[in-house]
Amino acid sequence: MTEPVEVFVPIDSAARSVGADDVAAAIGREAAARGRQIRLVRNGSRGMFWLEPLVEVAASDGRVGYGPVGADDVSGLFEAGMLEGGSHRLCLGKTEEIPHLKNQTRFTFARVGINDPLSVADYEATGGLAGLRTALEMTPEEIVKVVTDSGLRGRGGAGFPTGIKWKTVLDTPSNLKFIACNADEGDSGTFADRMLMEGDPFLLVEGMAIAGLAVGATEGYIYIRSEYPDAAATMAAAIDIAYLNGWIGSSVLGTDHAFELYIRVGAGSYICGEETAMLESLEGRRGMIRAKPPLPAISGLFGKPTVVNNVLSLATVPPILAQGAEAFRGLGVGRSRGTQVFQLAGNIKHGGVVETAFGLSLGQLVEEIGGGSASGRPVRAVQVGGPLGAYLPTSMFDLPMDYEAFAAAGAMVGHGGVVVFDDTVDLSRQARFAMEFCAEESCGKCTPCRVGSVRGVEVIDRIIAGENRDANLELLADLCETMVDGSLCAMGGLTPYPVRSALEHFPEDFERHERLRGEA
Amino acid sequence: MVSKTTRSQPWSEERTAAIVKRHRGERGPLMPILRDLQDVFGYVDPRAIDVLAEALNLSKAEVYGVVTFYKDFRTEPPGETVVHVCRGEACQSMGAERLAKHAREQLGVDFGGTTADGAVTLEQVFCLGNCALSPAVLVDGRLKGRIDEARFDEIVAASRVEER
Repeated sequence: MTEPVEVFVPIDSAARSVGADDVAAAIGREAAARGRQIRLVRNGSRGMFWLEPLVEVAASDGRVGYGPVGADDVSGLFEAGMLEGGSHRLCLGKTEEIPHLKNQTRFTFARVGINDPLSVADYEATGGLAGLRTALEMTPEEIVKVVTDSGLRGRGGAGFPTGIKWKTVLDTPSNLKFIACNADEGDSGTFADRMLMEGDPFLLVEGMAIAGLAVGATEGYIYIRSEYPDAAATMAAAIDIAYLNGWIGSSVLGTDHAFELYIRVGAGSYICGEETAMLESLEGRRGMIRAKPPLPAISGLFGKPTVVNNVLSLATVPPILAQGAEAFRGLGVGRSRGTQVFQLAGNIKHGGVVETAFGLSLGQLVEEIGGGSASGRPVRAVQVGGPLGAYLPTSMFDLPMDYEAFAAAGAMVGHGGVVVFDDTVDLSRQARFAMEFCAEESCGKCTPCRVGSVRGVEVIDRIIAGENRDANLELLADLCETMVDGSLCAMGGLTPYPVRSALEHFPEDFERHERLRGEA
Repeated sequence: MVSKTTRSQPWSEERTAAIVKRHRGERGPLMPILRDLQDVFGYVDPRAIDVLAEALNLSKAEVYGVVTFYKDFRTEPPGETVVHVCRGEACQSMGAERLAKHAREQLGVDFGGTTADGAVTLEQVFCLGNCALSPAVLVDGRLKGRIDEARFDEIVAASRVEER
C-alpha cells in the first residue's frame, strides 16, 4: 500500500473566512469517492491572502500550491492530478518558489503556514523548544543579555527595546512577578498576532516561558481580544498540550523552574490594547489607563513587576535564543534591527504578511510586493501603524521602513500594518473618523482625549461644511496640540497624527465639499 | 463575541453561581466570570450583578461599572444571530461604510439593535483581523471575508433559515 498523500488546507480564520472549511470537506469527499488515500493537514496560513484558500500537496521535492481554490474546483483539481502535483489553471507551482514568499526573511514566522499548529511532533521536528532548552542552560542575566544584544524592539507599536524592559523586571526584587502578553491586536490593518497564535501557538508559549526564566516570573497571562475567537481557542488548546508535555507547569522541561500560563479573553475594548488598561482589565476592572510612572516593569499586574510584551516580541525570542543574538541583529538597518512582520491590508492586490528585514521603502512594500490597489485604481494614500498612524501620500513612498525614519517624518511604523486606499478615498472623512474612533474608544480618564475627540469631530464637520474655515482650522491645530501634549496615553496622544497628516498631505479634500457646493 | 456553539440558555441563578465558583480561585476573577456569563446566556443579566458583588466582595457599582465599560457585555438577550460588521480603516478602504449602511437599512435597525422578529442583532466592530480580505463580518463568532451587499443578504438569509 502506498503512503497517503499529504494535502494541506489552512485552518487560519482568514482562510476559513473565504471557504477553507468547505474546500477541506470537498477534498475529503472527493478523495473518498475516488478511493485515494490522503492525509489532510490543517496548517496555518502562508499569509498570501489573495491566494486563500491555498491548497498544498506534498511532493517528494517540496509542496505544490493551488489557489485560490473554491469547493467547486476540487473535482476538477483531482481530475487534473492535483495529488501528483498536476498542472491546472489554479496551480501556482512550488509554494516556496512563489516570489512573494521566496523574497521574505521569515524569522518569527518561520513555521507559520507549514505545520499543523497543534502538532507536538511537527513543532519539535522544526526546531521547537530549542530556544527554551538553551535558556534553561543560562542564567537570567545571560538570557536578558542575548535579548538585549539581538536589538529586538517591542512589536506592539512603541518599539521599546525588549531586553531593557526585561532587565528592569529582573532587577526589581519581588516574590511574585508576571509575564503579560498583549494579544489585544485592535489596530485595523494588523493581523500578524492573530496569524501567529492560530498558526504557531507553541512558539508564543515557549517565548513566554523563556521570558519567565529571564526575569524570575512564574506566572503568565495572555490577554486575547474577543474578536479573535479562533486564536483564543487555538492558544487554549496549545497551552493544554504544553502542560501535558511538561513544557510548562510546576516543572518546566523537568527542571525546578515553574511557569504557569493562563488565557484571558477581552470584551470588546480597543483601549485594553494599551498596556496599563490591559493590566486593569486583567485585574477585573474597567479598562482605564494608569498614569506612568510607575512603569509596569516595576509595579504592573496586581502591583508586581511585570513584563508586558506583544505577541510577536515574545514569539521572536525562541529563535533568537536558539540561533544567537547575531542571527537577528545581523538583519535590518540603523537602530531598527532584525525583521519586521509587515501587514499589507485594505485596498491592496496582494494583501497579507510580509516578514522582511527593516529598511525597504514604503513604496516597494505597497507597489512591488503588494502589487498596488485591489480595485486597480491608483493608490492615493496609505495609513501606516493603525488607526493612530499617519496617512501618507504616494510622494512619500521613498520613506524607508524603520522606526526612526518614520518618526522623523511625523509617522510611525507601529505594529507594521499598512492600509492602502485608492483614489476614491476622502481624507477629510478619514480625519473625522480618527476623532470619531477616539471618542468611541477613549477610556475617559483624561480630558484631552475624552472631550478633545468629541470636539474634534465637531470642528472637522464645520471645516468640511466650509464654516469659518480658517478659524476652525486654527482651532483644530490647537486642539491637536492639546491632545498630543496633554493626553495620558497614546490613544489621545496619537489620534492627531492621522488628522494632521490628512490635513498636511491632502488639504484639497477639506475643500472639496465647499467646491462641490459652489459647482452645484 | 466568542462563538456561539449552542443556543443561549435562559438566565439561571444556579448556573451563575456555578460559574462564579469555577473562577473564584483565579486572580482577577470578575472578567472571566462575566465572559462566561455572556457566552452561556448571551448577555449579562442585571440580576447577576448582585450575585457577583456578593460573591466577590465588590460593590454593585464596581460590578456595574465593569459590565457597562466593555462593549461585549449586553444587559439584554441578543437576537438568534449576532452579526458584527467591521468598520475599521482597512475595511473602509474596500467599501465597509457602504456595507454598514446597507446592513442597517436591510435589517431596519441601527448598530446595537435587534430586528423586530428577534432574528438578528446587528453590531459594529473596529477590526476583526481579516484586513487583507476586507470587508469582513463576524456571524455568531464565524469570520467571513470579502463581503459585499449581496453576500451580506445571503448570510443573513442563511442564518434565519438555520435558526428555524
